[in-house]
Amino acid sequence: MIEENVSLPRIHYLNSHYGWKSWLFTTDHKRIGLLYMVSITLMFFLGGFFALLIRLELLTPQADMFTADTYNKFFTLHGVILIFFFLVPSIPATLGNFLIPLMIGAKDVAFPKLNLLSWYIFVIGSLFTLWVVAVGGIDTGWTFYTPYSTTFANTHVIAATLGVFFTGFSSILTGLNFIVTIHKMRAPGLTWFRLPLFIWSLYATSIIQVLATPVLGITMVLIAAERFAKVGIFDPALGGDPVLFQHMFWFYSHPAVYIMILPSLGVVSELISAFTWKRVFGYKFVAVSSLMIAIFSFIVWGHHMYVSSMSIYAGMLFSILSYLVAVPSAVKVFNWTATLYKGSVSYDTPMLYALGFIGLFTIGGLTGLFLASMGLDRHLHDTYFVIAHFHLIMVGGAVMGYFGGLHYWWPKMFGRMYPEWWGRLSALIVFVGFNLSFFPQFIIGYLGMPRRYHVYAPEFQVLNVMSTAGSSILGVGYLLPLVYFIWSLRYGKVASNPWRAKGLEWETTSPPPPENFLEQPIVTEEAYNYPTRPAQPGKQTGKLTGGLNPPASPTATATGTGREAEVV
Amino acid sequence: MSNAHSPVAHHFYTIEQQKESATIGMWLFLATEILLFGALFTAYAVYRYKFPDAFMVASSRMDWKMGGLNTLFLIVSSVTMVFAVSSAEKGRRGGLLGFLAATGFFGTLFLVVKYFEYKHHYLDHDVPGLNFQWTGAPELANGAQMFFFLYFFMTGLHALHMIVGLGLLIWIFITAYQGKYSPEYYNPVEMFGLYWHFVDLVWIFLFPLLYLLGAHLPPGGGGHH
Repeated sequence: MIEENVSLPRIHYLNSHYGWKSWLFTTDHKRIGLLYMVSITLMFFLGGFFALLIRLELLTPQADMFTADTYNKFFTLHGVILIFFFLVPSIPATLGNFLIPLMIGAKDVAFPKLNLLSWYIFVIGSLFTLWVVAVGGIDTGWTFYTPYSTTFANTHVIAATLGVFFTGFSSILTGLNFIVTIHKMRAPGLTWFRLPLFIWSLYATSIIQVLATPVLGITMVLIAAERFAKVGIFDPALGGDPVLFQHMFWFYSHPAVYIMILPSLGVVSELISAFTWKRVFGYKFVAVSSLMIAIFSFIVWGHHMYVSSMSIYAGMLFSILSYLVAVPSAVKVFNWTATLYKGSVSYDTPMLYALGFIGLFTIGGLTGLFLASMGLDRHLHDTYFVIAHFHLIMVGGAVMGYFGGLHYWWPKMFGRMYPEWWGRLSALIVFVGFNLSFFPQFIIGYLGMPRRYHVYAPEFQVLNVMSTAGSSILGVGYLLPLVYFIWSLRYGKVASNPWRAKGLEWETTSPPPPENFLEQPIVTEEAYNYPTRPAQPGKQTGKLTGGLNPPASPTATATGTGREAEVV
Repeated sequence: MSNAHSPVAHHFYTIEQQKESATIGMWLFLATEILLFGALFTAYAVYRYKFPDAFMVASSRMDWKMGGLNTLFLIVSSVTMVFAVSSAEKGRRGGLLGFLAATGFFGTLFLVVKYFEYKHHYLDHDVPGLNFQWTGAPELANGAQMFFFLYFFMTGLHALHMIVGLGLLIWIFITAYQGKYSPEYYNPVEMFGLYWHFVDLVWIFLFPLLYLLGAHLPPGGGGHH
């Protein structure tokens, strides 16, 4: 990080209009990104609160605090809220909304009003879910498996499924908007293989959002219809097929895993490049690997159903296809690692999150291969091994990437820096807390502790206590950024491009003006075109910290409006 | 900021950019619609395979003449929609308004016929969840109820799309009446046309699957209800 001596621009998107109407009726993608950020932050801490309640109950083998029914509601709400109302919208709807037009040199997304509409639809879905929380919860698990959810559960299933339906609709509209934006709104000269890798990953994410989510939507409506009309579409007693539900559910929900992780993979590519001061090694492979992941994601859903009466031949096919996903995932990890080699690495907060991400994503991905193999899955299915695996991907991966991205682009969004020392501390606490939470779960899962029970055999207690301790540390790690981010909005040091990072989003002021660029940018170079040697000495506006930082690029001047010489 | 009367929104640079964006957006939206209905077609295939006899017997209770009439109405409305877009492209406001009205007319006729079909099924106790009573062979009851559930769910979702389409059509008609469209800018008319044709196309698949396939044939091995 470089300390800059800059002042805030006179007019930017935050002060161009005032009043609540200027927010609730805005069509500015940057403001809509912030609306999403506030909404999903609420959902994040609500879902996290349920996680802590779950871990609290699991401190001891007996049922101390909650009944089985209450516990069922807690893990269901934890999953429903954090998956559908935090992870799925997280990076695309906040950072993606904010950054896509900036990164491609556009004034806004292709359909600004549709963008606002999708936030309102998300809010409607969230209100359904909050209503469910308020009036007594839902106990089906986030997977809504039939026939339990359709015939036996006497909790608020209809409202919860409609909430998921609405947020899914919002997700579709966001994805649609992004695809069109990336196709049609790029600045002159910004060819596909000049795009930042974050854009590639969001493009791949959007394809999944657009093509997979409608199936989930109609499945949720079918559950609601079945409960409402008492017809047996998924009820075996009336001739329905509960396994059909599982197919339809996982046809969305497996690709949804990549909706959650692909944006983080894109963020990490940006971070690795910015904090090694290098172009990402094998740029084209990393770019195309996002699309490969998106394509493979549609043909692997059966690996969730090896024990659901699937034939051994179908299982073998799904198993082989699932292994394929490891290839493009590994392409990313190896290329990031190769980028680090001989890079000018600096260990600022975003980079700490990115490095934590790489390790956890690798382990999360490799344990996914265990679960993709049919024989081993028979043993591990529905155990804590599965829980640990997907939390490594979704929390160690997706959430770490989100936090890394938030820290990296925070000065871009608000023109102020968060306190770096606290940032590094939070990254460290999150990493330690996360590992302590979830590594014990691999072991207890392998030893046979099943998921979704509030009591367990006494010999698992030590590992469960470790896990609960870890989750408390993790909670502190997540609360810290909440505090210092809010603090920094007023008291943070004014910053423009403290990383001296490349990319169109850094070419404009921080915070950007309402329509992003004062004149249309024209791109004449590839992404991440960092000089291999330190640039000309030039005028240096701040002192170096951290020792290994490259010197300031001479054109990123103290006014914060500096436009690189190559990009006019 | 462009001036208020320009059809090019402030965030686009050219009218072509705006038009291509809208076109890609609409095709993507239709792709999501295919997946939405696709899940239901999958369910239909699964249950048709599971209950072949019941589906044959139950689909014999459909009135293929009314379904056929409706198919005709929708095809005609698609043709008039094509002429409406063509009129807009050539700047013929009268033709545009006339063909839009014709499209709305045939679309409405479709819904009227659909209403009478639904009413007929209601009186025959064919509606699952409301008054379903099966008087045929008892072993076919579950399959028949599944058929009728899918029938009402799929045609109901389709009818909902028709109603939304008619609402959009009224909006297009009013804006056309106000003279908002010209040979340079008739994007909304063309986008609406894509939607309308898509909804018609869904019906083209629903009609044979629900009304014609295997209907009026004795179920495997004979024994009509």
